[in-house]
Amino acid sequence: MTIYGVAIISACMFVGNFIGDVLGQLMGVDSNVGGVGFAMLFLILITGSDLYGSKLSETTTKGLKYWQSMFIPVVAAMTASQNVVQAVSGGPIAILAGLLAVMTSFIILPSLNKVFQSYEVDEELEVAEN
Amino acid sequence: MSNIIEIAQNIMIKNGFVMSFLVIGVLMWFSTIISKHITKGRIHSSAIAVLLGLVLAYIGGVVTGGDKGIADIAAFAGVGVLGGSMLRDFTIVSTAYGVTLSEIKKCGLIGVVSLILGVISAFLTGAIVAVCFGYKDAVSITTIAAGAATFVVGPVTGTALGASSTVITISIAAGVVKSVAVMVITPFAAKRIGLTTPKAAMIYGGLMGTTSGTAAGLAATDTRLVPYGAMTATFYTGLGCLLCPTVLFWLTRLIFAM
Repeated sequence: MTIYGVAIISACMFVGNFIGDVLGQLMGVDSNVGGVGFAMLFLILITGSDLYGSKLSETTTKGLKYWQSMFIPVVAAMTASQNVVQAVSGGPIAILAGLLAVMTSFIILPSLNKVFQSYEVDEELEVAEN
Repeated sequence: MSNIIEIAQNIMIKNGFVMSFLVIGVLMWFSTIISKHITKGRIHSSAIAVLLGLVLAYIGGVVTGGDKGIADIAAFAGVGVLGGSMLRDFTIVSTAYGVTLSEIKKCGLIGVVSLILGVISAFLTGAIVAVCFGYKDAVSITTIAAGAATFVVGPVTGTALGASSTVITISIAAGVVKSVAVMVITPFAAKRIGLTTPKAAMIYGGLMGTTSGTAAGLAATDTRLVPYGAMTATFYTGLGCLLCPTVLFWLTRLIFAM
């Protein structure tokens, strides 16, 4: 059933957020540490491993693929509900700090990419097309 | 006549969440048309959707004075639910479907290195800007610098250190500017900085850290890269909240005595 696929994502999100919250408390941080990341790891383990992945029926994967295809529309809705006015009105200091932080990362990225050249194994993207 | 408008508005308000599908559907449709016919396919439709979304958010903010963009207009409140953190995280998790485990394993170390570098470089940049604008106390400098990490790290740090509300607002604004800049610049810079492989996407997520910015930026670049970038970015805010009010604050205080 399609709902099984959707339920799998929910279950992963619950467990992931649970671990993230507990981790945050253990570290004494007032925030969730990597909840979504853990949730994604669980989804990969469940759907991408030979153990369970091959057992998923076609209707179950429909539920997974549907929400995957909703990602970009959700992102569009997300940008439409951002506080853009505050971003602009924070003054030059906020704009400069934000922009320069992004620029610095853009400068670091190519060199980090080179440093880890030996990890070059990802020429082929094996992500499901949608 | 005014009655008809009122009826339409009531339908929009009563069925907010469902109506947001219509609103975003139309937005995506417009984006596809603009992408195909005006830019001749050079700019991906999702990049245009992100830009249009930001324009709508600005309009919403100016009209209502609220902080949730277009979602502050009652008829479009559902957009705030569709684009809220719950469904954002849910769809981000769903993008992990189809990713192979071996890819992630190989990238583990890269993720950790880029996360630490990402937080420190954002903090340093923010701190330098704060100093250039005349801030001399360690608390304000740290708070603004933490804002350059993400708009969550800024206020969390500022509250922990007891920064003034003006400084906390600046730090939130810096974080929002960062996430918007990531959304807008990424698709244009992607090729030049080699953001074409899952590995690069994981580094990128770790360096940028803003989950919404990374998700939107990668979506507009190449959807297949989203899960890799989102995976590392999701650890960034936690790491930032851990490092900024502690180690990075102590270091800042060493340089700028209270």
